[in-house]
Amino acid sequence: MSAAIIEIKRPDLLTFTMPIVAVLGAMFGFITGNIFGDPWIGLIGGAIVGAALAGVLAKITSVKRWKSIWGVAVLFGVVGALFGGVGGLFGGFLVGLSMGWFATWVGTGQYRKRVPIYYTPGQVLWHSTFLFICAFVFFFLIAPLVPVIWLSFNAENFFTFTPEMLSFKAEGYSLKHYRDFLGTDEWMVPLKNSLIIAPIATIISVSLGTLAAIGLSQSHVPGRQAMMAILISPMIVPLIISATGMFFFYAPLGNWLQVNLGLNQAFVGYVKVILAHAVLGIPFVIITVTATLVGFDKSLTRAAANMGANPVTTFFRVQMPLILPGVISGGLFAFITSFDEVVVVLFVGSARQQTLPWQMYTGLREQISPTILAAATILVAVSILLLLTVELLRRRSERLRGMSPG
Amino acid sequence: MQLIKTLSATALLVAASGTAYADDMASNMTLVSWGGAYQASQVAAYAEPYKAMHSDVTITWDESSNEAVAKLRAMNEANNVTWDLVDVVASDALRLCDEGLAMEIDANELLAEAPDGTSAEDDFGDLLVSDCFIPQIVYSTTVGFRTDMVPEGTAAPTDICAIFDTKTYPGMRSLEKRPINNMEWALLCDGVAKDEVYDVLGTPEGQQQALDKLATIKDDVIWWSAGADTPQLLADGEVFMGSTYNGRLFSAIVEQDQPIGMLWDAQVFDLDGWIIPAGLPEDRLARVKDFVKFATDTQRLADQSKYISYGPARASSAPLVGKHAELGIEMAPHMPTDPANSKNTFLYNYEFWADYRDDIDAKFQAWLAQ
Repeated sequence: MSAAIIEIKRPDLLTFTMPIVAVLGAMFGFITGNIFGDPWIGLIGGAIVGAALAGVLAKITSVKRWKSIWGVAVLFGVVGALFGGVGGLFGGFLVGLSMGWFATWVGTGQYRKRVPIYYTPGQVLWHSTFLFICAFVFFFLIAPLVPVIWLSFNAENFFTFTPEMLSFKAEGYSLKHYRDFLGTDEWMVPLKNSLIIAPIATIISVSLGTLAAIGLSQSHVPGRQAMMAILISPMIVPLIISATGMFFFYAPLGNWLQVNLGLNQAFVGYVKVILAHAVLGIPFVIITVTATLVGFDKSLTRAAANMGANPVTTFFRVQMPLILPGVISGGLFAFITSFDEVVVVLFVGSARQQTLPWQMYTGLREQISPTILAAATILVAVSILLLLTVELLRRRSERLRGMSPG
Repeated sequence: MQLIKTLSATALLVAASGTAYADDMASNMTLVSWGGAYQASQVAAYAEPYKAMHSDVTITWDESSNEAVAKLRAMNEANNVTWDLVDVVASDALRLCDEGLAMEIDANELLAEAPDGTSAEDDFGDLLVSDCFIPQIVYSTTVGFRTDMVPEGTAAPTDICAIFDTKTYPGMRSLEKRPINNMEWALLCDGVAKDEVYDVLGTPEGQQQALDKLATIKDDVIWWSAGADTPQLLADGEVFMGSTYNGRLFSAIVEQDQPIGMLWDAQVFDLDGWIIPAGLPEDRLARVKDFVKFATDTQRLADQSKYISYGPARASSAPLVGKHAELGIEMAPHMPTDPANSKNTFLYNYEFWADYRDDIDAKFQAWLAQ
């Protein structure tokens, strides 16, 4: 790690730092100009501000780097507050923070710190561009969630950022959409239905999918390719086509169950939706389990047989524990497929099997109420918690088994 | 193994709980409606009081009225009709009735009399537009605008032709993504006299004339397909004015306190009501008949107007229209049928659109895609 000690030269201010920071300034200026109605003036103004900022920051060398960055952020925040109130304060602060950081990062040559000393300028440029692209990808994945979560606390019944919300006043916010979600049958019944349908469909797809994958991995099975193709076809055929087919397939089946076995209409409805969802989940299980089976050593089953274990015991005691990660991730996919699915359930289900995605779909179309956003926020929070728990448990078990130093 | 035991136990329980009723009336009803404020008004005015009287009945709502015709066709084909009562607009009721998907009814036998003894048929009068249709409300498609986006020094619009006047009233408009209403308004604002609108619209030249008029604002229009779109767009300030159902605008203006004004000029009346799907099993049919008789009586229809500004379909309900259930304001001035609001109105022309709809729809969609 001696590379860090090598002194990094400051790049040339006029020909390098100022133009680059001006470009970033122009981008921010364009956005700000758009808000105030004149993007092109904003673009030019932003470029000038960016260049000036780079020049000024290059002169201030006595102050510590982060102190000057925070200084710029506060300055921009104050200017923003003068023009745009509380919203402007936050916006200006964020713009100032990123521009100040960027100007010093470029100006002091920090951008060369993490790359090998022998890199050409082109390679350095690509290295930095790559990091920025990664950051943008991350940003575009996460950013759409922010307004969803923010708007779910809206005090009004529209998907609109009210002036009160933008200036962070308490009366612009409320928890009423969460009360609507948690307190009414309109949302709790679909949630209950989803929690009945998804786990049962998952159990069916995991059991059948795992067995199918194991069978299809045996070399002596005739027509493996064709069978595989048929089994994973629900993943490839457009959902709307499968859904139409399933509708006409399950309707007589349901009628038969009702008339001949005397089963209750609601119960038959659940059976139909669960079976349909299980079919959709099976391909995911087959694919993940097949992938783990590639790494499974067949001689282990022969060894087990040699020691007197019958095939069932071998499966549960030897094979299953080894392919369990594949089975679990296939199960997760199957669960999510069922939990997120709206097309098939619209066709196959009746109103009593209304699932959460169905309710969200009709809610969006018929009333555009922020309750959907509250539901989405809760679902996001739950899935983050679930993934965190699974990850923590995994780490714990690894630690207990002594597989990782952490 | 424990898991499987639990599962099969649950399955048996669910199965048993459903078959326990051996009544002559089914204990569960699936009602189909539009969602939103409208469905909420039906729940409050019809379903809750009915459930209070019959505690063993559960009511499931399906917000599928938008695609009721297609879904009922598919259900009928698969011989698996899961709906018991479907809320549709009158034109859909006519189609469903023609196709034999809706049950024909005898209004006097099925529906309750007015309190003064007038027969149901006389009480509903002309609004019984089809043999299968049980009217509930009169609603109108009308135009709302942002009061704070009216240019300074200009009066707020009072004329339907403000839609086409982008000079006086700049800004986007939202119009429904179908020819009905838009074509009539376009001709009306292109100098066609009101009583000649449908004669002109019946000719290819007249249809072209309407499309040409709409073309003058095509770049300024956002086309909507769900009733909730225009209120959302108005609340956002994304459009200056837009057409939607008057109850949606009422909800945005009065209940949500948005800066929106109403333009009642040339509003188009339409009817909404129930149909009973054809071929229901006896126990379900008996339950639905019992419910419909209750839900369309004079008091229930009047009660609905406490929650939403749609006019009750019975003549005998009109005097009973009172105040808003939560806000306590008089509902009568917000009704599309109020004399002050109904100076210039259209009634949805069922016959004309039954004959021309496919043809004009095709032209309109082709024009949209250009």
